[in-house]
Amino acid sequence: MNMIKSMSKTTKNNAITYAMVIIAFAVVQTMVMTGNITSLMNGLLVPLCTYVILAISLNLTVGILGELSLGHAGFMCVGAFSSSIFSQLTVDVITTGWMRFSLAIILGAIMAGLFGFLVGIPVLRLKGDYLAIVTLAFGEIVKNVINAIYVGIDEAGVHFSLQDVTSLGLSETGLVLIKGPRGITGTPKDSTFVIGVILIIITLIVILNLMNSRTGRAIMSIRDNRIAAESVGINITKYKLLAFAISAALAGVAGALYAHNLSTLTALPKNFGYNMSIMILVFVVLGGIGNIRGSIIAAVVLTLIPELLRSLNDYRMLMYAIVLIVTMICTWSPKIKELRERYSLQNWIQKKKHAKEVV
Amino acid sequence: MEFLSYLINGISLGSVFAIIALGYTMVYGIAKMLNFAHGDVIMVGSYVVFVSVNSMELPTVVSVLLSIVVCIVLGVVIEGIAYKPLRQAPKLAVLITAIGVSYFLQNVALLIFGADTKSFQSVVKADPITFAGGQVVVSVETIVTIAACIIIVLALSYFMKHSKMGRAMLAVSEDSGAAQLMGINVNRTITVTFAIGSGLAAIAGVLLCSAYPALTPYTGSMPGIKAFVAAVFGGIGSIPGALIGGILLGIIEIMGKAYISSQLADAIVFGVLIVVLIVKPTGLLGKQIQEKV
Amino acid sequence: MKKNLLKRMMSLTMVAAMALSMAGCGGSAATEEATTSDSTASAETSEGGTFKIGGIGPTTGAVAIAGASVKAGAEIAVEEINAAGGINGMMVEMNYQDDEHDAEKAINAYNTLKDWGMQVLMGTVTSNPCIGVAPEAEADNMFLLTPCASAVECIVADNAFRVCFSDPNQGAASAQYIVDNGVADKVAVIYDSSDVYSSGIYESFAAGAAEYGVDIVETQAFTSESRTDFSVQIQKAKASGAELVYIPIYYSDATLILAEAVKQGYDARFFGCDGLDGILNVEGFDTSLAEGLMLLTPFAADATDDLTVSFVEKYMDKVGEVPNQYAADGYDAIYIIKAAAEAAGVTADMDYSTICDLMVPVMTEITVAGLTGPAMTWEASGEPNKDPKVVEIVDGAYVLMQ
Repeated sequence: MNMIKSMSKTTKNNAITYAMVIIAFAVVQTMVMTGNITSLMNGLLVPLCTYVILAISLNLTVGILGELSLGHAGFMCVGAFSSSIFSQLTVDVITTGWMRFSLAIILGAIMAGLFGFLVGIPVLRLKGDYLAIVTLAFGEIVKNVINAIYVGIDEAGVHFSLQDVTSLGLSETGLVLIKGPRGITGTPKDSTFVIGVILIIITLIVILNLMNSRTGRAIMSIRDNRIAAESVGINITKYKLLAFAISAALAGVAGALYAHNLSTLTALPKNFGYNMSIMILVFVVLGGIGNIRGSIIAAVVLTLIPELLRSLNDYRMLMYAIVLIVTMICTWSPKIKELRERYSLQNWIQKKKHAKEVV
Repeated sequence: MEFLSYLINGISLGSVFAIIALGYTMVYGIAKMLNFAHGDVIMVGSYVVFVSVNSMELPTVVSVLLSIVVCIVLGVVIEGIAYKPLRQAPKLAVLITAIGVSYFLQNVALLIFGADTKSFQSVVKADPITFAGGQVVVSVETIVTIAACIIIVLALSYFMKHSKMGRAMLAVSEDSGAAQLMGINVNRTITVTFAIGSGLAAIAGVLLCSAYPALTPYTGSMPGIKAFVAAVFGGIGSIPGALIGGILLGIIEIMGKAYISSQLADAIVFGVLIVVLIVKPTGLLGKQIQEKV
Repeated sequence: MKKNLLKRMMSLTMVAAMALSMAGCGGSAATEEATTSDSTASAETSEGGTFKIGGIGPTTGAVAIAGASVKAGAEIAVEEINAAGGINGMMVEMNYQDDEHDAEKAINAYNTLKDWGMQVLMGTVTSNPCIGVAPEAEADNMFLLTPCASAVECIVADNAFRVCFSDPNQGAASAQYIVDNGVADKVAVIYDSSDVYSSGIYESFAAGAAEYGVDIVETQAFTSESRTDFSVQIQKAKASGAELVYIPIYYSDATLILAEAVKQGYDARFFGCDGLDGILNVEGFDTSLAEGLMLLTPFAADATDDLTVSFVEKYMDKVGEVPNQYAADGYDAIYIIKAAAEAAGVTADMDYSTICDLMVPVMTEITVAGLTGPAMTWEASGEPNKDPKVVEIVDGAYVLMQ
């Protein structure tokens, strides 16, 4: 009891976040074990983990670094494709599933982080919406290039082509890695809910510790006032790049999880285009910018809504749109804020208390 | 000769981007928000023309005017319901609302018109003009598109400089707080901006679908994004910037396809954008933002 | 700050709850409607139980037309079958779910259908989602029949079959037809390099062209992000002197290409695959642009056989549009499932795995007369045997070539 009291506010807050994830995991896992879960929910578990990681990692860029990024799906795409190629190449060499998958995830994270770093160098000189548009451009370039490129490997080395599989000129034993728009097929299905949750926890540890560290405070000071931060000797470029690259690397982890959950990996506008980047951004904004726990909840709720609305058939996506608009207005409109304050439960209780005291 | 016709096609495509980008840029300059639903207003405008020409058999001019009116009303209604309550909210909240509106319009169109492609009959009917011995063919749609773009830019520039409302818009875009103190009705100015932007979207829709006659509920989204890119390219908030950005984007897209690779056309467009922004961080004609300490 | 968050979360959950409660109402209404429409056919003869067919396809998103057409076509088949007494006395119930043309969403749809009690799967409609769902169906041992997913990878599993031709099949057949009939010597290709279907056919066409001696003089691509302007592609094809342009793409893009060709005064012939079917029915399309267009298709809505005539009439009544080949594939898929289920002696109380075990072996034995082929049979690999028809558009109507 004393220990809890003596904990600082942030530690307590973080503990709640971890506890939330672990309790949710325990409840769901029990349901899975006892078979009390629908196939839909069971199939959704890994995607949910993917979106949660994406939302948390984007929150690092948007909420903590304070820069708008519309290319998060691009980093996810890099992670997904690199890890998937790795798994395909090593599927016969490393037969221990978990070991191969961990290496694939690490590779996905490194590749995505590297891209984040490379993109970050020129991009972080820009501000606000210009930075947003360049990240969007980056995401679209990644998707476009992956859709156009054919990659194959044989004993002579790696072959590239922009034409088709035949023009790769592979030998008999050659293996086609990326088949243009048909992407990669046959990635081993290594992703599980348990691994997903472990990755969420790792992501949380990385981000929450970063936030409460010296580095994190430096990053947040850049967000709050760049000039002031610079004047006290904080290396703006270094910290910005660091945050950006970590965020990209974590998106790469989510990409690896995504890729190993599906047997087909293609770079469609739907999964790696700006639409996806925007969807992740919606999670972050709806959950509260800079609020990690909020991102988790929003990612889960917003991924579930379209699925639970399936019975609405054609009106499903329309409802989703209305949910977005209404939530934003309910949260931010001054008139509704006023209404809410007037009729909120807390005020009502407080008023009663107050009335009692007066009596 | 080939080069010349690529150039003309590029300018034609670019002119459509430019008109859409104008709507983006005006709204951004004055309301300081990225109106992601702008592309979908284009789609609505095109459907209005499609229905009034094909089903109601109205004359072309009337249906174009009808489409402009419908889009203006739609723009004002969207602004009033979805954006006005969020004036004080963070920029990102408004962005998400705009995305919500975009999904909303797409799905309403999907429910009303279905997913099937509608073929749009061109609003201008005349034979293409050929010169240089049949080597270069210029369609009437191309000429009308380019002409419309020039007229719109000239009219807008005149309006911004010489009308009371236009100057109010400039004032709001400079400093909305100060403008309010000077007695400018900021809310009304923003509403008028949305009306003009949506009217432009209707015109852009008609031109887009005349030149490229396939209409689906998702017709507006990709040109919308490209026009947004064009607006940033030219320096967002600047009217001549939107014109230059749009036309350059059109030319780059066509030239990239023609001379480099038709598969990588998008990568080329976005790649050039990144390079331009690294060299000129606020776009070609964007104002250098002064940082206040 | 903390209070703020609490409120934000509250409003989020409030809205979600609202949406869900609305969904609940809408959902029950929808299912009620579905059951009444099914049971009106022959409610009293339903002692054989119900046979639950799951359908998956995109009904929203950029390729919604494919999913929506299959759904409508399949629904007509279900109504007909129920009116005629069902399958082995079982009433057929179909539940059709949206996958937005996304592999992940398709798996969600698949799981939703499993929860509903699906016994066989008719889907998915498009290739990518199908490649995603197929391993799930294989692991569950769920019978899978896809109406129009044409990529090779869709039906590698033993329990997966398809109604349509495969991509390689179409590309090679096109090249062969062009050579055998002396349609053209110099050919240009315009294809969608971001699309599985289009690039798959292009690849096999290129291989076929090399084999049969067709000279491909120009190859141009476009992507889903740059599908508005085709001036460059047409100009390049024109400059190459190609007499024929091969367009293995969907008809919505083809309308733009044909219009652009006329604009530039390029009078080559155009040749495409089943994706072009439906071009004559595009609302507002000037069909004179498509004059002389040749396409390889299993289905022509203008055919005069009784089956097609009655189907087109019913489809027009139901949807108000002329059916395309997706609708025909969907319709045939339901009848193929019926034929297989009858041959296998499936009953309503069997689970999906038992049904799959019974239906897979009989698939290679049955012969089905459908809209897309008068006598379709299947290989154990899952591929159908039927002859592609080449039709040409003459005076705004399909004319069968041979």
